[in-house]
Amino acid sequence: MAFPHRLDAPELPDFSMLKRLARDQLIYLLEQLPGKKDLFIEADLMSPLDRIANVSILKQHEVDKLYKVENKPAISSSEQLCFLVRPRIKNMRYVASLVNADKSAGRTRKYKVIFSPQKFHACEMVLEEEGVYGDVSCDEWAFSLLPLDVDLLSMELPEFFRDYFLEGDQRWINTVVQALHLLSTLYGPFPNCYGIGRCAKMSYELWRTLEEEEDCETKGRRPEVGHIFLLDRDVDFVTALCSQVVYEGLVDDTFRIKCGSVDFGPEVTSSDRSLKVLLNAEDKVFHEIRNEHFSNVFGFLSQKARNLQAQYDRRRGMDIKQMKNFVSQELKGLKQEHRLLSVHIGACESIMKKKTKQDFQELIKTEHALLEGFNIRESTSYIEEHIDRQVSPIESLRLMCLLSITENGLIPKDYRSLKTQYLQSYGPEHLLTFSNLRRAGLLTEQAPGDTLTAVESKVSKLVTDKAAGKITDAFSSLAKRSNFRAISKKLNLIPRVDGEYDLKVPRDMAYVFSGAYVPLSCRIIEQVLERRSWQGLDEVLRLLNCSELAFTDMAKDDKASSECLRLVFVVFLGGCTFSEISALRFLGREKGFRFIFLTTAVTNSARLMEAMSEVKA
Amino acid sequence: MDCYTANWNPLGDSAFYRKYELYSMDWDLKEELRDCLVAAAPYGGPIALLRNPWRKEKPASVRPVLEIYSASGLPLASLLWKSGPVVSLGWSAEEELLCIQEDGVVLVYGLHGDFRRHFSLGNDVFQNRILDTQIFHTEFGSGVAILTGAHRFILSVNISELKLRRMPEVPGLQSVPSCWTTLCQDRAAHILLAVGPDLYLLDQSACSPVTPSGLAPGVSSFLQMAVSFTYRHLALFTDTGYIWMGTASLKEKLCEFNCNIRAPPKQMVWCSRPRSKERAVVVAWERRLMVVGDAPESIQFVLDEDSYLVPELDGVRILSRSTHEFLHEVPVASEEIFKIASMAPGALLLEAQKEYEKESQKADEYLREIQELGQLTQAVQQCIEAAGHEHQPDMQKSLLRAASFGKCFLDRFPPDSFVHMCQDLRVLNAVRDYHIGIPLTYTQYKQLTIQVLLDRLVLRRLYPLAIQICEYLRLPEVQGVSRILAHWACYKVQQKDVSDEDVARAINQKLGDTPGVSYSDIAARAYGCGRTELAIKLLEYEPRSGEQVPLLLKMKRSKLALSKAIESGDTDLVFTVLLHLKNELNRGDFFMTLRNQPMALSLYRQFCKHQELETLKDLYNQDDNHQELGSFHIRASYAAEERIEGRVAALQTAADAFYKAKNEFAAKATEDQMRLLRLQRRLEDELGGRFLDLSLHDTVTTLILGGHNKRAEQLARDFRIPDKRLWWLKLTALADLEDWEELEKFSKSKKSPIGYLPFVEICMKQHNKYEAKKYASRVGPEHKVKALLLVGDVAQAADVAIEHRNEAELSLVLSHCTGATDGATADKIQRARAQAQKK
Repeated sequence: MAFPHRLDAPELPDFSMLKRLARDQLIYLLEQLPGKKDLFIEADLMSPLDRIANVSILKQHEVDKLYKVENKPAISSSEQLCFLVRPRIKNMRYVASLVNADKSAGRTRKYKVIFSPQKFHACEMVLEEEGVYGDVSCDEWAFSLLPLDVDLLSMELPEFFRDYFLEGDQRWINTVVQALHLLSTLYGPFPNCYGIGRCAKMSYELWRTLEEEEDCETKGRRPEVGHIFLLDRDVDFVTALCSQVVYEGLVDDTFRIKCGSVDFGPEVTSSDRSLKVLLNAEDKVFHEIRNEHFSNVFGFLSQKARNLQAQYDRRRGMDIKQMKNFVSQELKGLKQEHRLLSVHIGACESIMKKKTKQDFQELIKTEHALLEGFNIRESTSYIEEHIDRQVSPIESLRLMCLLSITENGLIPKDYRSLKTQYLQSYGPEHLLTFSNLRRAGLLTEQAPGDTLTAVESKVSKLVTDKAAGKITDAFSSLAKRSNFRAISKKLNLIPRVDGEYDLKVPRDMAYVFSGAYVPLSCRIIEQVLERRSWQGLDEVLRLLNCSELAFTDMAKDDKASSECLRLVFVVFLGGCTFSEISALRFLGREKGFRFIFLTTAVTNSARLMEAMSEVKA
Repeated sequence: MDCYTANWNPLGDSAFYRKYELYSMDWDLKEELRDCLVAAAPYGGPIALLRNPWRKEKPASVRPVLEIYSASGLPLASLLWKSGPVVSLGWSAEEELLCIQEDGVVLVYGLHGDFRRHFSLGNDVFQNRILDTQIFHTEFGSGVAILTGAHRFILSVNISELKLRRMPEVPGLQSVPSCWTTLCQDRAAHILLAVGPDLYLLDQSACSPVTPSGLAPGVSSFLQMAVSFTYRHLALFTDTGYIWMGTASLKEKLCEFNCNIRAPPKQMVWCSRPRSKERAVVVAWERRLMVVGDAPESIQFVLDEDSYLVPELDGVRILSRSTHEFLHEVPVASEEIFKIASMAPGALLLEAQKEYEKESQKADEYLREIQELGQLTQAVQQCIEAAGHEHQPDMQKSLLRAASFGKCFLDRFPPDSFVHMCQDLRVLNAVRDYHIGIPLTYTQYKQLTIQVLLDRLVLRRLYPLAIQICEYLRLPEVQGVSRILAHWACYKVQQKDVSDEDVARAINQKLGDTPGVSYSDIAARAYGCGRTELAIKLLEYEPRSGEQVPLLLKMKRSKLALSKAIESGDTDLVFTVLLHLKNELNRGDFFMTLRNQPMALSLYRQFCKHQELETLKDLYNQDDNHQELGSFHIRASYAAEERIEGRVAALQTAADAFYKAKNEFAAKATEDQMRLLRLQRRLEDELGGRFLDLSLHDTVTTLILGGHNKRAEQLARDFRIPDKRLWWLKLTALADLEDWEELEKFSKSKKSPIGYLPFVEICMKQHNKYEAKKYASRVGPEHKVKALLLVGDVAQAADVAIEHRNEAELSLVLSHCTGATDGATADKIQRARAQAQKK
């Protein structure tokens, strides 16, 4: 059934230290502004903040009232205003307008802006341009690693994806580097480092430089984690675009897990209130089903319910003493389990209801057909119908992207017609969405006869052209040829199935997609860990357009214990999905590894598509 | 032994004073000391001399020469004085020479006569001229006190952060006071001055008369006053030859002495050591030197030559034409050991060791004697301590040998004090060497600290010695060797006669990758000397590209700075350079630079997107990036523009751009949108309701829902909506309206391009089984079973499935067979299955 970890599974490092560190720093920053103050928090920071310091801690440090940063004039009457924000220009204008409003009203207050995870020069410049730089004091809350679970750290930077992979903005890389540096100062150096992708390589190099500059700290420390693997999201878009069918992924797709917790609405709780549930290893019921294929979950839950009933029933033959024991020791645990069980059963029901409504089976079938590369025509018409019926703008977009990547771009006729249909259904502003998707390489057009060599010759022509900006454009378009089919064959991503794939007893990582597809990202990690290098994967790298962008780095003096060599840090730059996490957890169990995940944010297909979409303001 | 204390002079019963030679000076003085302005820095610092031609009645026509010597008399610098008349010379705490001119201008020179800077002491001083000045040192730095021609005092506590303070007026002061000095108490500087028989204390706010406690009567004037090195004590010399010694607050008298010499002394300075109870002042006349303390007799020396006294922390240095001597109170440890017939443990240990060397059994006797008294530890400590206070290496050695000998007989004597003393003495002997000429005593050295001593060596350009000391003391590289190498490099770049290549290479060879050395700092120095090319070469060695940027910007190498900033991966740095470039270059050049740096370009674009939309447009224009320009206008059409005309115009611009970008699809789509917008506007006018900004699909749906079927048809034709979409659309809209009649009519208008299953589905969704059944019959064979199941006709579904002989359909129907009612059907299917299997 569920994944029990192997008995010999290595211990995970204790990441709660990161929380304490962040909390202490925040308290220090709040104390820098002594006396009562009102705290304005950016909406995106609310959930992460909640995981670090609750309201009572804030109140202890003289935070009077809490406000959300909104585009509205502040009603606060406090003499001291403190803003806790992401370094965004929009926020700076908000602060500036507030300060300027006070100024024209002849009011003087103290203002402090705390940037998390770091401040950017551009922000300070905006404050300066708005003429309030002198009135505001700026600080940084270097809170970049939030432990969402025992093996999952998130930077909670969903905008990383769009900023880097669409806009080519590298400013978050420094944040990543700082986070990696923090990890190595706390948990020792990483003896084996691997990575793939432009951002991964750059982050790694900057990280190394930083470590060299301050080398005395980590040197001589015993490593706690033996491997670290950095991976760019654009190495594998396919996996992220697929519908998730393991429980945790499905919950994320259906209800949106936010910062490790989910709001179950009335349809789940079967009451009129919604319920916020923290989803992590501490939830015993959830812990057992999170990595399961959805088809097993119901059975598991009903079994569990029966067991629970049996345990309740035990009290029938009890004498007083036993009863006392039962009530004081077991009942609370059982009640707790009962509560959790009913929540998850409710969630399952709700998922089933939603998924059957839109003919989920049909959708999954189409996805599998795309992954395996048959019945392309049929799939294309399915997508077209999907668009025509206005089923869901994000879903339609996702299917189009999946089609494009698996097929190395759409054939020109389909490219035009699908886009036309889409614009008719969902509005003309999506012309910009398509332009974004093309730039990111998610939705492209097959150029007739556009073989790799043809593109290469085009590039070499451009190189002589000296217009460096155009070269990178060309390179990126080259890099965006997905070659999915060839990679799939090379890495054996579509398992050959004899008979039914037994989802109850998975044999490979493909189970996270009902046995139809092994996640590319996870397969790459598996292959590299097996070889302890990229050796023999040259062809794959070439197909991924990452020949220059993969690296291995091994420490010479091997102080690493065999215990720590079984721990692997996987860093997803641009986000990772719960399906990938489940797949790697499975791999770890099979091969005796234990994976720890660090991601810029937990993502899924809908979040990726929304990041690329242009919506009317 | 007996000769060793020959130069010890007792003062009273408890203290001895000794005077020994530090160096025999072979400086080639052209002038008599008395004709010169003399300044010698404390802590064995350098000596500056300036022949004072302005003092004479007739100013000489020749320009005077400013000369700087080391404490051992080695010439460090010599330069012709070309500026105005100098009133006073003095050394700052950083060993910079301050030359205070009569007009209040202060010229600052380095140890090697290199001009550093100059500053003025203000207009007031300039107008009234300076009569007298004093340079003093406090914990805040080096200060200067001035007496102006208007008989006012002006004070600055720290000349590196020059803040001038005018002291209050002294009532009735019409001439130069007979003597005055600066006192430092409670973190503030005061001035004490003597006018006739009266003493005045000037503080920030007031001038108050003061009287020293217990001053002997009959004083009509004070001729000289002296403050101790630590500002704790004060000595006054009166015209009666009487010397009063007390605390600086004048409230307590420590002792007094009458020397019966009425001639004003040339100099009077304190001679005491920290933590000693003895107080003594040294008074110098032309040919006589007197040590006066709490004793009825004084110690007298005859001065053969013109001499100059330099007060030190623990004694007095005496400079003359031929020698440089040190006069101090003999420290307790030395006194105990060397005093004639001393039975102190240290003395016995020294004796024991000497006997031991002579292989005499007396060694044992001495040793036993000490051990019996249990004083061996004390003896060792005494010897170690005394060694520190000896000037002669031989004597240091024999004392240390004695200590080491004594240590052998001790069980657990911590080795630190011995080891450190050996190290310290080695360092001290090295810097005391004639060639280096820093005659520091052990006490001074400890006060000064090794870091400052290293700085002073660097200041004297004695880099090899400094490095040797660092290595010898095993100082951490960053504080020690690297720092000195960096200083060396900074000096090296000032050698203008060496070519840029050679300097850069020499520096790199010596420095390599030494941790803690900042090449950018050295480069900054090179740039400061006007050697831009050298600075750029040096920056190449800087491993952290981020560090190179600020200097490159300063040197106006902005483009190079931009690539370095990009290399560093620090986007903030890139942004800083960009802003710099934006101000420096004209717009066109700025954009061109950006074009060649994609990373910087995206960064700037991101900024513009949020803050400077117009610039963003210009950027795209410059690049002929019509695709992005088109997108820009599209965005404007729904974000920036409000009026419909404006929106259409924006779209038109966008369409034009798309055509230029050869993106026909986008251009056409944009044109369609323009048409749609206009049309939606018309619909709103004619029909009311909201149409603007709906998608085409939603527009048609809205029309149908509003009952405007004709319009809807027209629109579908105009915009060439494909049949399939139209059918889906109408189906959904009519079902929403529950207009079943119209739906049926529509279904019969022609053969449905989407089949009839959707009709069944949608009717069932609206819970209209009756209508659904109508369409179920029309569903094509492939979906027939599904349709029948949807309307709940399980039996017929089973029949069709059996007819189709389709296993999947059979199981589907079977799964729908629930309860007793469908029992028969289920059986039927099972039978059919069995039959099929038989075949």
